Amino acid sequence: MNRKIQFNLNGKSISREAATHRLLLDLLRDEIGATGTKEGCGTGDCGACTVFLNGKPVNSCLVLSGELDGADVVTIEGLKIGPELHPIQKTFLQDGGAQCGYCTPGMLMMSKALLDENPNPTEDDIRYALSGNLCRCTGYAKIIQAVQDAAALLRK
Amino acid sequence: MKRTEPFDFYQPKTLAEASRLLQENGPGGRFLAGGTDLVIALKEKGLLPKYVVDLKRVPGLAGIRENSDGSITLGALTTMRDIEISPLITKKYPFLSQSAAEVGSIQIRNRATIGGNMANATPSADTAPALIALNATAKIASATGERSVNLEEFFKGPGQTVLSAEEILTEITIPKTDSRLVGEYIKFSPREMMDLAYVGVAVAYNLGEKDKKCDGVRIVLGAVAPTPIRAKRAEAALEGQVLTEALAEKIGAIAAEEAKPISDVRSTAEYRRAMVGAMTKRALLNAAVGPAKTWVERRERRY
Repeated sequence: MNRKIQFNLNGKSISREAATHRLLLDLLRDEIGATGTKEGCGTGDCGACTVFLNGKPVNSCLVLSGELDGADVVTIEGLKIGPELHPIQKTFLQDGGAQCGYCTPGMLMMSKALLDENPNPTEDDIRYALSGNLCRCTGYAKIIQAVQDAAALLRK
Repeated sequence: MKRTEPFDFYQPKTLAEASRLLQENGPGGRFLAGGTDLVIALKEKGLLPKYVVDLKRVPGLAGIRENSDGSITLGALTTMRDIEISPLITKKYPFLSQSAAEVGSIQIRNRATIGGNMANATPSADTAPALIALNATAKIASATGERSVNLEEFFKGPGQTVLSAEEILTEITIPKTDSRLVGEYIKFSPREMMDLAYVGVAVAYNLGEKDKKCDGVRIVLGAVAPTPIRAKRAEAALEGQVLTEALAEKIGAIAAEEAKPISDVRSTAEYRRAMVGAMTKRALLNAAVGPAKTWVERRERRY
C-alpha cells in the first residue's frame, strides 16, 4: 500500500509517496539517498541504523514508513552543526574511535542521545548507553574515550 | 536481511475504529505498537499479515498515571524506556523499572511498549513477572465493550493470551500496594545486556518494619514455563516468617521445584531449574536490602 507521507528529515520537510511497509532505513538509504545510516543486523541488535525519531534514538531497521507521517527524523547527516563537525564527531576522529567505521554513525547518534541527557557521564553510563551498539572491530576502549572527550568539549 | 512483503496499513484514530478494522477485514491482521517484535517477525520469521493496524494514532494509550485510589495505570503504548526512567515508577516500584530496563537496548526501549510485551506473550518477557508480582490487571477493549483480566490469567502459552483477534489491550493497572512493599527483579541471561533471560525472577513482599516478618509474598518466575508462573508453594513458605539466608535458600529450592523449564539454545532445563533456586534466593535477600543504584551494582549483587 502506498501513501503520501510528510515528515521532517534533518530539519527539512519531505513529502512523498511511500510504500507503508518499507523500512525507514530503506527509505533513507535507497529512496532519499541518505546513506550515512547503516544496516548491520537488521533485527535491532546492533544499533548501526540508529536515528532519532521524534527526538529519541531508535533502530531505523524496525520502523515502517507508514508510521512516519508527521514525524521528525534526524540522521547522521543532520549531526553536523552548519559546516562544522559536531564535537562528538571531532573526538571520534581525534581519539581513533572508528576502525572500519561501519558502526560509527550509530555510535555517534547514540552518544549524542546520551550527552543530551547526561553531560557528565561515567564510563559505566557510557557502556550502558552504548550497550545496543556493536563494534565488530571491538574498538570500544577508544569509543568510550571519544565520548568522554566529547562530553568535556561540550561542557566547555 | 530479508525485507517485508507489502501489506495494507491502517492508522485508526479511535479504539472502536481499530477493533472494527479487525472485524471487517477478517483474519490475517496484526496490531502494531512499537514494532520491535512485529517487524522482526515480518523480516525474520516470514510472518505475512494481510494488513497491519498501527495503534499509535489512538490518543490516550500511552502514559503513566497515578489514580486517586492509589493505583497506578500504565497505558499499553507506554514505552519500556518511559517505565525505566519514570520518576513515579522508579520511586514506588524500582523493580518494575528495573524489569523494563532489562529489555534490549535504549533504542529498542524507546519503541517497545508494555502492551506489546504482554500481548506478544514471550515466556521470557521481562516485565511480566514484575507486573504479576504487583497483582496487575489488564484492561481489554473491543468494539463491543471492555473487560479486565488479572495478568496472572492473561497468558495462555508461548505467544498465546486471552485476547481474541479484535480485542486490544489498552492499559495495565497496579492496585494500591502496602507502604511496606519491597521487591526485586533479577534477569539472569547469557549476556549482561541485549539478550533474553535464562531465568527471570520477580519477588514482592511486605516487610515488617519492626518485627521484619514478611507477608503478601509474591514470587513470579519468567522463562521457565510456557507462561510466567507464580511459585505459590515458595510464596507460602515465606508468609509470616522472618527472612534469613537459610530460609531464602530453602524457598529458592521450592521455587526450583515449581518451575517447568525446557532445554533450548540458551540453556538446559536442569541449569535453568538450578538458577531459579539461586536467583529466587538472591531476589528475596536483595529486596530486603533495597534497590540497586546502578546497573553495575545490579549485576554484582546477582552473584
